[in-house]
Amino acid sequence: MTAQLAVFFVLAGLAAIGAVSLILQKHPIHSALSLIVVMIALAGLYLLLGAEFVAAVQIIVYGGAIMVLFVFVIMLLNAGIEEHTSISKMAGAPGLLLVVALAGFVAATIARSTESIQATSQTGELASTLGISNMLFKDFVYPFELTSFLILVAVLGATVLAQREKS
Amino acid sequence: MISFFLALVSANAELFITLAKILLLLFIVLTVNAYLTWFERKVVAHIQSRWGPHRVGPHGLLQPLADGLKFLFKEDPTPAGVDKFVYYLAPLLALALALTSIALIPFGPDPIRLFGRDIYLGITPPDLNIGILALFAVTALGVYGVALAGWSSNSKYPLLGGLRSSAQMISYELALTMSVVGVLLMAGSFNLKKIIEAQAHHPEWGLFGWNVWPQILGFFCFFIAAVAETNRVPFDLPEAESELVAGFHTEYSSFKFAMFFIAEYTSMITVSCLCSILFFGGWLSPFPAWWTYAHYLPSALLISFGLWVIWDGIRYETLFGRIVLPGVGTVITALGALFVLLPDVNEFIQAPFWLLSKIFVFLFVYVWMRGTLPRFRYDQLMAFGWKLLLPLSIMNVILTSFAILAKMQWWGAK
Repeated sequence: MTAQLAVFFVLAGLAAIGAVSLILQKHPIHSALSLIVVMIALAGLYLLLGAEFVAAVQIIVYGGAIMVLFVFVIMLLNAGIEEHTSISKMAGAPGLLLVVALAGFVAATIARSTESIQATSQTGELASTLGISNMLFKDFVYPFELTSFLILVAVLGATVLAQREKS
Repeated sequence: MISFFLALVSANAELFITLAKILLLLFIVLTVNAYLTWFERKVVAHIQSRWGPHRVGPHGLLQPLADGLKFLFKEDPTPAGVDKFVYYLAPLLALALALTSIALIPFGPDPIRLFGRDIYLGITPPDLNIGILALFAVTALGVYGVALAGWSSNSKYPLLGGLRSSAQMISYELALTMSVVGVLLMAGSFNLKKIIEAQAHHPEWGLFGWNVWPQILGFFCFFIAAVAETNRVPFDLPEAESELVAGFHTEYSSFKFAMFFIAEYTSMITVSCLCSILFFGGWLSPFPAWWTYAHYLPSALLISFGLWVIWDGIRYETLFGRIVLPGVGTVITALGALFVLLPDVNEFIQAPFWLLSKIFVFLFVYVWMRGTLPRFRYDQLMAFGWKLLLPLSIMNVILTSFAILAKMQWWGAK
């Protein structure tokens, strides 16, 4: 086992454990902390693939800004411990079936396409800062600008909602 | 046994060198932190016409040691009703992230050759491709230490402090990141080494080639936002003692409190490093390249400081001081003389010397502000961040982009 593979398994394990803990934790803050662990483990995986810029941005945007907002809101609302109800039978049986189906689907996809996964894991130039900015501002400039416009609309909507409450 | 150990070291040399560098940097940073508290108390005291620490050791120089021992041996009660896991995690997180950020700073361009290997100053190699982004990633996580400490203490004042700090850090991080974009545009890289080298395009200009002149607006925004990010006066609302007792660390005592303290001082050092690197030429000398006699400035400064310490020491009140201070002065003078006598060493220390002097100046500015500025009111803080700093830093990005575009269009410069 190479060092790279070992690091991959540690990070993947961390991400998986964080994701499970996110669901099982009773307190919202603990769930948020688990989500931060997932985000940072994902950033580590990106770094392992050679996508330095994406890894740094993953931590700055998801680990930093977005999760800080989550934690901030949970603290501000002083959310207490969740009450866990027993899962209803109707949700339980189809849910279990869906889990098995999804796991099987993912496993089948991975088993069928090992070669192409290995081929794409050598990102190199494409994932560098230059490659990403070329893609964002040359190849996909219109979708990119449209997305930012969408975010602007969301910001305006939030402002309008907040203002209406005040008056 | 020894031969086995030697074989182990030579097989994993890179690993052991990095480990040794981490331990050394940790020791240096913690010592500097300790003396930064002494320095801060002394400078603030002199600003307010007091003596400051004066009893423990000559000029109070052993005060940090006494403070450290006090932190170690104080009782460490855990308040009832705290969220244990998060309560213990918060100071660890704050300290670990602050120390990680300083590991990403390069302290010099040239490696030392030791045992047949090139050893760079700083833990990561100086040409880390995402240098500044990695630093921002680490500092972006820094808010968790404060916010979680405030929340987990299960107490009113810490919660208010934690809320304030999260809001403040989110608001100022935008301005902080935007204000650096101008520098990044000029250098065309995230790499800290390349950012410094981009400021040395005109070696004959000396300090007029630094980024601070074209990026004066960016520097203004960056420094203010950075002070707010480190929760220092005049932005120390998360721990405003007249309103919130001690803010987010009210319920922490003993070494857990010390960890927050060390984290705050370490992030002060990181911000000073970043200010020097991004805007003040990093390890570049402020003098034009052809002023070769300026290379003797470090030695001259060291020798004159050492002689002053000796002169001050022989007249000191206590016998201990009369023995220790001249001893320290002699060591400093000898170090300065050594640099004059060994030209190779003198050339090598130029870069770290200038970087460290700039860091020292910024640390002094930090302390100076603490001694002179009153704290912001909370609404003033938010209005300042959102309505002044953020628009200014965005304007700086636009102006810089247009200037670079114009330069490319009309002068054809690359």
